[in-house]
Order: sequence, then structure tokens, then C-alpha cells
Amino acid sequence: MAGEADRTGGMLRELAADGSALFGAVALALLVAMAVLAPLISPYDPAEQVLRDRLLPPVWQAKGVWAHLLGTDHLGRDMLSRVIWGSRVSLMVGLTVVLLAGAFGVLVGLAAGYYGGRVDAALMRFVDTVLAFPSLLLALIILAVVGPSMGSVIAVLALTNWMVFARVTRSVVLSARQLPYVEAAEMVGGRPGRVIFRHILPNLVSPLLTLAILEFANVVLAEAALSFLGLGIQPPASSWGLDVAAGKDYLFIAWWPVTLPGVALAITVLAMNLVASWVRITSDPQEREKRFARVVAASKRRAAARPTPAE
Amino acid sequence: MGRLVAVRLWHGLIVIVAVTVTVFVVTRLISNPVDVMLPLEASAADRAAFAAALGLDRSIPVQFLDYVNGLARLDLGTSLWQDRPALTIVMEHLPITLLLVVSSVVFAILVALPLGAIAARRPGGGVDRVTVILSLVALSVPQFWLGLLLILLFAVTLGLLPSAGAGSAAHLVLPALTLAIPTMTRLIMVTRSQMIDELNAQYVRTLEAKGMSAWRVVAVHAGRNAAVPVLTLASWEFVRIFAGYTVVVETVFAWPGLGRLALQAIERQDLVLVQAVVLVIAVIVVVFNVLVDFAYMAIDPRIRLE
Repeated sequence: MAGEADRTGGMLRELAADGSALFGAVALALLVAMAVLAPLISPYDPAEQVLRDRLLPPVWQAKGVWAHLLGTDHLGRDMLSRVIWGSRVSLMVGLTVVLLAGAFGVLVGLAAGYYGGRVDAALMRFVDTVLAFPSLLLALIILAVVGPSMGSVIAVLALTNWMVFARVTRSVVLSARQLPYVEAAEMVGGRPGRVIFRHILPNLVSPLLTLAILEFANVVLAEAALSFLGLGIQPPASSWGLDVAAGKDYLFIAWWPVTLPGVALAITVLAMNLVASWVRITSDPQEREKRFARVVAASKRRAAARPTPAE
Repeated sequence: MGRLVAVRLWHGLIVIVAVTVTVFVVTRLISNPVDVMLPLEASAADRAAFAAALGLDRSIPVQFLDYVNGLARLDLGTSLWQDRPALTIVMEHLPITLLLVVSSVVFAILVALPLGAIAARRPGGGVDRVTVILSLVALSVPQFWLGLLLILLFAVTLGLLPSAGAGSAAHLVLPALTLAIPTMTRLIMVTRSQMIDELNAQYVRTLEAKGMSAWRVVAVHAGRNAAVPVLTLASWEFVRIFAGYTVVVETVFAWPGLGRLALQAIERQDLVLVQAVVLVIAVIVVVFNVLVDFAYMAIDPRIRLE
């Protein structure tokens, strides 16, 4: 137990040493807290319309009022409350899609990589064919037929995003199978299921974790784009993409209904990208070594440059 | 070489068949097209007449044969919304979209190659750090929002450029820029990392040691070796823009191309037209991918020998 706590402490110290990763992690933690606590911290009901208070600017502008810190939209709904509730949709869709697409993709990749031969060829042929599909168009036609809703958005995004998990899993499994301890486990008669889950799967943790965070960011962007087009989350629910679309018609008289939900989206995706790149480097011993070498080289360069600052 | 060409063509054909079948399955089997296309209050007699007119009252295998037969004769059906052949409508919008896509990809390449190479000259230096940070930020910004911000800046605040529509070079600037920015950033990242690898290679040291100018080393020698992965990404970006991002960006800027047409067709419940757009784009993407593969075989002898 003590060792576990020590390791966590070491990880946190390492995270704190990297400025941009720390920013990403803190932003992400705040975001999750915001989504979970939305009913408690949101000052208004996000769908409540007060037409008298339409298009109030944020508080720091000339006509802003303290009752609506970030102003109101064209229906008099509180922007702050809508931004807070929007985080729920983004994170929920992102999480569900990554879990669904990840689970399916990993299973396909494990099967292809472990069994090899014909199974591998057939599965990868299938993956390549799906990858060659213009996926957004497929999404459009499915949404046109099924009708937009949160469920259909999740289904469509999972259907169009699992292939990359299969690819990555397969390539890691292929190289892991060559490892002596995996071969030994097979030789002593380990059942395929046991070999796969007990010995091969741990090798996948690092690449899959990075991939899952990156895909999460992509899915958040895709959900926002679909909602923006009117094919995703439907009113009266709140989604950042939906809010940008609603504010678009008032762009010439009010900047905040379009800008604020977009800022929230951009911070979310940026935070995920920063955390993903930190996880990738930290969980890979080779990359860690490179990072260490870079830090040492940079400090040596600085030390060497100090005597002649004019150069 | 000849075998490889045949294999690539065969794989392209498989994808086209798969897309065609998927489109059929999604539009006919997942739901009833009559329900999708007719308003809720349509009477039973209206529905029956509509189904008969479109041939939807026949069995699924017969419908499928009819559908494939139509495709073979380049007949993609008649658009319900515009009451014209769907293929004609799609072909009218295709050049408008291609103009936008090609200009944004060309612009992205022209900016990304020199910037990536300059950043790679001094990894960790000032230019490099700024480039990497800006790229990360640009990749995190939703594209539709980026487009709206550009409108806010250049059309609303500065009044320099039109915010919507097509017809002049000025109309092209904002949508092309919006499409180009994410592509440009990804190209910069790849060019940069490829160039860093190449510039660390032995042959570059030899060239520098014999006194060749830095620009000649980058532009003639290292640049050429870094080109193949960069071209791979560029062709991939072309597909992503053409078969994806245009829907969003054309909607933001009211650019009258294929993407906006697809969205309008969905809003008007015109399945025939949606289907036609998807099929035409899929065929173009597959043909483009096959051509790119042939281009590799011509450029890179290692691929030819495999």
C-alpha cells in the first residue's frame, strides 16, 4: 500500500514539473467537477427563458449585470448555466463513445493479432474497408434515416471511430507475442484467453490510454460539429455545439453567444491533448529517456550561454 | 508492378461495392424510407401511392437489383426536393466544392512546408516552440467555431471580407482559410518531425562539412527525403476535407457546394439526393486513393519492388 501511494506521489510530482501538462490536468479535473456538480453550481435552469433579459452582455461589458456573469443568449437563457450543463453532454458522449468504440476495437485487434493468419487477414481487410469509407458521410446518412438524438450520435460516432483502436491493438499484440514470457506462457499450455488477458493486455495499457484520451478529444469535437449542424443533441438539451449554432444568427449584434461555448470546447480539447501527450511520454520508458536527455541538454545549453549573453 | 496495380484496383472496387451496399441497407432496411420522406400527416393512400411511385412496395431483393441496375446506368434517382435527376444536381455542386477544397489544401501546403522546415532547423528554439504551441492550440479549436470567429473578425469588426456566399475571390478567402488551418497545423507537425530526423542524418553532416549552404541542404537534399510522408499526409488531408469538413465549413459560410447540399437534402428529408451525394463522394475518394498509390509506386522504388 505504501509503495502504491509513493508511486502516485511520484507521478504527481512529475506532472507538476511539466507546466503545460499540469495546466491540462487541472483544466480537465475542473471540467469533470463542473459536469458532475452541474445541478449544484449552475445558477439558473439552463433551459429557462426570460425574454425580457435577451442578449445581455457579460458582466465586464457596459450593459452587463451581476445576475448573469456571462450574459444571456437570444432567448434570455443564462450563458454560464448553459456552459456548465454543456460540459455534461460533451463528457458523457465522449466517454460512452470511447468505451464502446474502444471495447469493440480492442477485441477485434486482439483477435487479429493473437490468431494471425487468415483471421488476421480477414479482420484487417474489413478494418481497411471501413477506414476507406468517408465516415462523416456515413454518419450523415445514418442520422438522416434514424433521426438525430443523443443515442444516435453516440452510435454513429462509435461506429466510425473503433478502427483505430483495432489497428493499434493489433500492432502491439503482434510484437508482444514475440516476447519470451508470452511464448513461455503458451508453451506451458496457457489457454488463449488467459494468455491474452493476463500476459498480452498489460502491454496495451500505455498506447491505449494515450489513444483513448486523444480519441476522447476527437469525439468531443465531432459531437459539437454534429450538434452545430442540427444532427446531434436536440433542444431543449444544452450542448456547446448547439449553442454556437443558435448564437450564429446573432453574430452581427452579439459576440458572446458564439464565443463562450466555443472557448469552453477549445479549452476542453486542448487540455485533453496536453494530458495525452504527457501520458504518452511518461508511460513509455524510451520517450521518458528522450525527455530527460532534452531537459539535461537544455540546461547545459543555458549554462554554456550564460558567460556570453551577447551571442 | 502489374500485379500490385491490379490488387489496388481490386481493393478500390471492394470499397465502392461496400459503400453501395451499406447505403442501400441503411436507407431501405434500418427504417422505412416512406416514413422518412413523407410528412407525418400523410394518409395511408398517399403513402401507398408514394411507395409505388418509387418502387418501394416491391420485395427487398428486387429493389436491390433495381438499385444496382440504376447505378450501372448512372441513374441515381430523382430528387424529391428539386424534382430533377439527383446526379445532375450533385454534378452542378461538385466543381464549387472542389474549388474550395483544392485551394485550401494548396494554401496549407505552401505555408506548412517552409514553416515546418524553419522550425526543424533549431528544435527547441524560439521559432520551433512558438510553432508547436500554436499548432496545438489550432488543433484544439472546433472548425465551425474558428470559421465564425473569422467572420466576427474580418466581416463584422473589420468589414474587409464577405461573411457568406460565393462568386468572387473575396468570398473564397474565409472558408478556404478555415478549412486550411487544421490541415496546415498537422502538415507543419509532420514536416517538422521528418525534417528533424533528416537533418540529423549522416549525409546532411557530410553536405554541411563540404560547405553547402544551409538552404541548399534543406531545399534540395533533406527536403526531398522528407517529402514522401508529408505527401501521404497531404493526400489524406485532401480526403478528410473533401469527404467531411466541407459539410461544416460550407454550412458556416453558406458556400453552395456538395457539403451544404447534403445537409439541405437531409433537412428536406430527400433521401435520394443524400444517397447520391454520398455515393459520388465515395467513388471520388476511392479513385483518388488509388491514384495516390500509383503515384507512390512511381516516386518511391522501394514500394515498387515489394
